[in-house]
Amino acid sequence: MAETAESKKEEADYKRVHSFPLIRHTDMPEEMRVETMELCVTACEKFATNNESAAKMIKESMDKKFGSSWHVVIGEGFGFEITHEVKNLLYMFFGGSLAVCVWKCS
Amino acid sequence: MPVPQRMGPVKPKQGSNVPSHLTKIPTVKLTKKKDEDDGTEMADGTDEWTQGKTLIKPPDQLDLSEAELKEEFTRILTANNPHAPHNIVRYSFKERSYKPISNVDQLAVHLVLDGNLLHQDSDEACRQRARQGLEKGNMPVESTVAEMDNERPDTPVFGEGVAEEFGAEERPDSAESKSTRREQKLTNQFNFSERASQTLNNPLRQRECQTEPPPRANFSATANQWEIYDAYVEELQKQERNKEKHKAQSMKKEEEKSRKKTAVVETQSDDITNVGRAAKIMERMVNQNAFDDIAQDFKYFEDASDEFREQEGTLLPLWRFQYDKAKRLTVTALCWNPKYKDLFAVGLGSYDFSKQGHGMLIFYSLKNSTFPEYIYPTLSGILCLDIHSSLSYLVAVGFYDGSVAVYNLKEEDDEATYRSTAKSGKHTDPVWQVKWQKDDMDNNHCFFSVSSDGRVASWTLVKNELLFTDITKLSVGGATVERSEEARHLTMACGTSFDFHKKIDYLFLVGTEEGKIHKCSKAYSSQFLETYDAHNMAVEAVRWNPFHPKVFISCSSDWTVKIWDHTVRSPMFTFDLNCAVGDVVWSPYSSAVFAAVTIDGKVHVFDLTVNKYEPICQQLVAAKKTKLTHIEFNPVHPIIIVGDDHGFVTSLKLSPNLRKKPKEKKGQELPKGPEVEVAKMEKLLNLLREPDNS
Repeated sequence: MAETAESKKEEADYKRVHSFPLIRHTDMPEEMRVETMELCVTACEKFATNNESAAKMIKESMDKKFGSSWHVVIGEGFGFEITHEVKNLLYMFFGGSLAVCVWKCS
Repeated sequence: MPVPQRMGPVKPKQGSNVPSHLTKIPTVKLTKKKDEDDGTEMADGTDEWTQGKTLIKPPDQLDLSEAELKEEFTRILTANNPHAPHNIVRYSFKERSYKPISNVDQLAVHLVLDGNLLHQDSDEACRQRARQGLEKGNMPVESTVAEMDNERPDTPVFGEGVAEEFGAEERPDSAESKSTRREQKLTNQFNFSERASQTLNNPLRQRECQTEPPPRANFSATANQWEIYDAYVEELQKQERNKEKHKAQSMKKEEEKSRKKTAVVETQSDDITNVGRAAKIMERMVNQNAFDDIAQDFKYFEDASDEFREQEGTLLPLWRFQYDKAKRLTVTALCWNPKYKDLFAVGLGSYDFSKQGHGMLIFYSLKNSTFPEYIYPTLSGILCLDIHSSLSYLVAVGFYDGSVAVYNLKEEDDEATYRSTAKSGKHTDPVWQVKWQKDDMDNNHCFFSVSSDGRVASWTLVKNELLFTDITKLSVGGATVERSEEARHLTMACGTSFDFHKKIDYLFLVGTEEGKIHKCSKAYSSQFLETYDAHNMAVEAVRWNPFHPKVFISCSSDWTVKIWDHTVRSPMFTFDLNCAVGDVVWSPYSSAVFAAVTIDGKVHVFDLTVNKYEPICQQLVAAKKTKLTHIEFNPVHPIIIVGDDHGFVTSLKLSPNLRKKPKEKKGQELPKGPEVEVAKMEKLLNLLREPDNS
């Protein structure tokens, strides 16, 4: 009992502690990176339950700001192989269990 | 109608043509005329008025009798042409006789003008309309308008009476005329030519371009829960480690980071630095090729004529070092680098009190005589410099403004690493000599400086600062006596040169402006161990003999060079050079050889084992009116460098005679090394001493 309670606490803890946005790989310039990261965080928090809407929001904002055409994948478990335009890729983790991959390729 | 005729002389012809309505024919026609005019207006008063007038006769008037005057002439006016014949007869072929014409034409034509109006029904008009009729087909609007006009009951009757075509045409005509007038120019039928021209249209060209598409790259990863978890854990660990490091070394980290950043920025922006090394090698090669003969001389040339000259030698000029920006400065200090035997430092400034400007610290290498290796511009003129014996990148410099500085050659920037300021105890007068010492007990580097303000100070490099301590205060009367501060200040002597003993660390000599040389010890700050009345003028240089522990040499502007044994108060040798001596220096390879430079541009080399009274070489090295200021022997190569007051440094090679080693006797191994030199000197001194002692 104690153990499960503890493990639950730990889980909650790590979820809290690990919920900050962590950039895993990117080759964007500094400004662009910061902006994109903040946009992803906003979108994921807004559409916490619906990945599709969050991705839609991110994609449309990116298209407007940085030109077409962007692709966004949000999820908890997937593998991918993509071709992206150099200096237009961001792969980050957020919220302890979400992975967001944003890239541009027209 | 009264025609105003104000004619004076009335002509007689007019008299015959007097109109019939005139009844009265008075003699005075002038007044008659007036009566005519007035008659219509004032008929009653004419008689009275005419009687009042005087009679004037024109001179050529016809004289007619009364009866003749009253004659009445009748004239009948008709509309007949007076020029037309009264009776015209024409031949009639039918009756074969002349017959009179009944009517004679009385028409007189005065003026005929041909007009160009055509009746609209005439042939010509039809033809013209036909020509213009092509455009009528394009006027459907007008035709509808015409139809409407036709329907109007107000249309004049004559339009309907005429054939419908004309009616239709008329309406369009009148309606069209206004509109077509805009389009059709009324052209002159007989004298009209149309001209048209077209300007050159530039030929069209097609251009296409395709930009390069932005580069693409592939990327792949997997997004799993455990991957995410692992990444977060790693990140947290990294953060904790960073925090620890921060607490420990916050300051240093920042410095390093900023330095790295600047370094990175520099390397990113300056691509020439990549080529820098190669360029440097190229430059050296080019110089070597350009000055190939000098390089060959430097290495291999030995003056063969020295064999014939018993005791004399020569100096072969080699490279000449100059720097553009140093042209107006005087060479005030020279120093060979102890580690790199081809590198030497030149300090530039000015000895002239009134003309003090900036200075420069320049490093030359023998491998590149055209451009310095290192250049450090300074605000104040440099007066002395010294390179640390073991750390050959540390250079101590003394300035004219009394401050001292230490430059680190390894650093990239142009600024001194350490600099003394007024707060940190810089001298108040020019610093004439600096010398490095052995590291002190805390392993901090330190050096000494002597200046005209009478202080000998020691400077220690502690972390970022220069700390100074006064070692000795020089005063005129020898040992300092307790006096009021003012008086003490006044009696300060001005130190112009000093030198530390090679073996005995605490012992050093100071030469002053008054011509005295003091032997001092680092331990005693107020008292001198010994004072020598050396010269009559300022002592320019004081040097210990590198081999013999007791001998030192001094030179002065009073034209003399003196060699001393420090135990004896009077000089061992005195040499008069006939000119103020700028600098004197012992040779590194022999204890009995030294060289001196004078301000007349000559270098004097003495070898006491060969000639005790005269130089074995006296050579004019510089151009006219160039003063030589400093001289230095290269510790390894047989060359000397000489600095002058135009900023040039000349290198000279010593001929074999000048660097004679004692001849080897057959079969005897000659002991080499400093003992030999010491022995040499001892022998010389003994020669002098014996007569003294006796």
